[in-house]
Order: sequence, then structure tokens, then C-alpha cells
Amino acid sequence: MKFTDEHEWLRLDGDIATVGITEFASSQLGDLVFVDLPKAGAKLKKGSAAAVVESVKTASDVYAPLNGEVIAVNDAVSKDPTVISGDPLGAGWLYKMKLDNPADFETLMDEAAYKKHIA
Amino acid sequence: MTGPEHSFDKAALHRTPLYALHVEHHARIVPFAGYEMPVQYPAGVLKEHLHTRAAAGLFDVSHMGQITLHANSGNIADAALALERLVPVDIAGLKPGRQRYALFTGDSGGILDDLMVAHRGDHLLLIVNAACKDADEAHLRAHLSDDCIIERLDRALIALQGPLAEKALARLVPGVATMRFMDVMSADVLGAPCIITRSGYTGEDGFEISTPPDKAVEITKALLDDPAVALIGLGARDSLRLEAGLCLYGSDLDPETTPVEANLTWAIQPVRRPGGARAGGYPGSEIIGQQLQSGAPRYRVGLSPTGRAPVRAGAALYASETASDAIGHVTSGGFGPSVERPIAMGYVNAETAKPGATLFAEVRGQRLPITITALPFTPAHFKRA
Repeated sequence: MKFTDEHEWLRLDGDIATVGITEFASSQLGDLVFVDLPKAGAKLKKGSAAAVVESVKTASDVYAPLNGEVIAVNDAVSKDPTVISGDPLGAGWLYKMKLDNPADFETLMDEAAYKKHIA
Repeated sequence: MTGPEHSFDKAALHRTPLYALHVEHHARIVPFAGYEMPVQYPAGVLKEHLHTRAAAGLFDVSHMGQITLHANSGNIADAALALERLVPVDIAGLKPGRQRYALFTGDSGGILDDLMVAHRGDHLLLIVNAACKDADEAHLRAHLSDDCIIERLDRALIALQGPLAEKALARLVPGVATMRFMDVMSADVLGAPCIITRSGYTGEDGFEISTPPDKAVEITKALLDDPAVALIGLGARDSLRLEAGLCLYGSDLDPETTPVEANLTWAIQPVRRPGGARAGGYPGSEIIGQQLQSGAPRYRVGLSPTGRAPVRAGAALYASETASDAIGHVTSGGFGPSVERPIAMGYVNAETAKPGATLFAEVRGQRLPITITALPFTPAHFKRA
């Protein structure tokens, strides 16, 4: 599993990355009331807004961690955004993307580096 | 993800007497109106909001300004008439032991601040917004110094709100049970001279308690001894007031917005309106009087997004999905934890401001349907009788 400094996580399976927000991000956001996910087929550019997670008070962008195309989204979190706070690294995943260049995955932070980042 | 703010310039920020208590309760502290204030506690905005509607929430609002007006003549009626030069509100008719909502207006009819004015027997007590308190004090001094002694009080202010607020406060001050909405009284609380009003900013029954700064912690802790009472942050204070349809100064009210546009004409009693015995005589009275008679170009309305996506402050409002010119904008918006759906308030053209009308709000490049709805979103539970 890899992490971005904007508090997204990625898990890689072949050239498909599953993307979500970290436990740290989830705890900072608190109870989520709305999630806006990208559409399947959407081409994402690293650093662009891919999804939006909203709490009572604020809307936060979730950025695309790498370049790629959205191939699936997690309808369960759209229906019930609290799934994210319950299990941000598992059932609370947001979308899957086919990476343009899977090798870029290795350029992201590992867990130790991310833990240092949020410390 | 857009990260939460981790640091801010603390150098210029004030702390209320309850700051250490907030930290002790693991509050998330944010800068607000020049103060380091608790935006939420570990329970979070959603649960804090629901707790307030179900039991009792305790809010530190010590950042707000507390200002007294004593008439130089010694007769409070003179202070009341003097204050009427700055607000379009019937202050002279305010009875001892009562308070009412008021607005400072500017020369162009816009709102400089909204406030509470309490009749304290021999003087008036004004509760004003934190961000405006220095300007308000200067405004009062500039216009009322010939008639009044203006004094800023160094006191804490605690709001206790919710259906169990009366029971919780009555443990310390039995007399509060007989107070009605908008009553004000002096009371001894744990040996400290306090001023209690039955009012608040949540739509619930409740109280605001002005305490000496050095007794605020002791009184707060005594209230928190009641298991029904929980500390509530500014985040839930905002969602509670929005559900209650109450305006936030700086968002829903500002110097470019008149009381008529803001749908606050109920705060302008007939005696101050055109034809009334003390009509006009306040800044902007010409434009406000004219709008009272023939209407304003735009009005504040309640807005209910049809979908699940919250529509936040700043979103432009359009008459249709394709219209190119906005007919208004959202000034407050978010999710209402009690109504369990997104809610908002905003301003729209007078011709559009009809309950039931469906507009479109632009959110992240998309036009989302949003319906004009009556305020408040949640019924008020004031103790009027």
C-alpha cells in the first residue's frame, strides 16, 4: 500500500489501483454526509480533483494520486458515506483506476514515510 | 485530500477563560474572529448537533462582546432613545427584564451587526458579534457618548441550549424555570453575580449566562456534572443555527444587505416604521423605510437541495439549468443533521423569491436543483408561555 501527502491511499493489483482516503483523513473529516465519486471512464490527471467527500461543515477534494482511467467506483460509499469512516482502508475504498504507468506507483510514499508525514 | 489546517498564527489570537477546559476535553481549536475557539470535540459536529437537540449543549461564546449603556441622565429611557438613533428597533418600548433582537444599520441601509439588547432595569446590555465588537464599540462611542456611558464588560458567556437545558441550569439556579423566552435576570450562580437570558442561537429552548471571567470554569464544570450536558463546538453551533433559519453575521448579513432584504422586518416594530410614532431616525432609514413600503430588490430565502449533495456558501443560483446569468447566491449551506438532508440559505431576486420555486445551484460545474422553502428547517422550541 502506498500513500500521498494529500492523505490518499492506493493498493495495486496488476495495473489497477484501488484508491481511498487514509484513517488520518477520515478522523480529521469526522462523520461524512456525502461523497461525489468520479464516473467510470473518466481520465484522471495526477493532482486533479477526482472525488469530493463532505462532512456537515466542509467539502474536501480527493485528488488523483497518479494518471489513469477510472474503471469502477464504490457505490456502497455513495449510498452510505459513513462506510468510509467505519473502514477507510477497506470497505470504504472510493474508486479503482487503470494506471497509465504502473511503475509510477513506486514513486509514492510507503507506510513508514506517510506515518512520518502525519506525525 | 485537501488537508485540514494544521497551524495558524497564534500570536495575535485571544483565548477565552474556558480555553484550557476545551483543550482538556480534546477540542479541535481553530482561529475564529480573533480567538482560538473549539470548532468540535471528539464526538464530532454531527453528534454534537444531535445531542443539543436531544439533551443539552454547552457552548463557549465568551468571544462575543458585552457592552453596557448607562444614560448620563441616570434615566434608562434616555439610553434607550439614544440607542434608537443606531437601530431600527423599538428600544424605548423594551420592558425591564426583557431583551430583543436588534440591528446596527449603516447609512446605505446595510447591516453593520446584529445584536441582542437587554433591559437591565437601570441600563441596557448589548451582546454583539465577536468579529464586530471593536467596531460596534467605536460606533456607539462616536454616536452616543453625549448621552451614554459606554462600557465593555470583561465577562465570559456560556450558552446552554436544548430540551434539558432548563433542568440542568435549575440545579444551580432554581429561578430560571419560571423565565420565558427573551427574559433576562440577575442571578447568583455558585456565588458569582451572573446575568441570565432565556435565549440562544439553536432554535431550542435555552439560556445564555454571562459570568465573571474567573468563575466561568467553575460554573461550566458544575453544568457539565449533569450527564445531559455536553460541550458543543462552533461547528455544530453553525449547523444548529442554519437549521433554525437564523442568520450568521458576515455570511447571511453584511453592510451591503438591508434588514428588508434579509427578511428581518419582524425586528423592526411598527413604531419605527414609516407612519409610526418614532419612525426613522436611524442610519439608512430612508432606504429601509422605502423598502418596507414597496419591497426590496432581493430577499433571503431558505433553500432545500433536491439531491444529496450539500450546496455551500458562495454557490451561484440560476433560474434554469442553462441560464447564463445568476439570479442569486447561497450565503450559508451544509448538511442538517436533524433533518438528515442538505439545507441552505441565500439571496434571490424579488421576482424569484417564491416558496416552492425550483432553482439551480452551481456546484463543481454542475447545476443541481434546489427548492425555495420556508424557514426554519426545524421547528423552534422556545418557551414562550
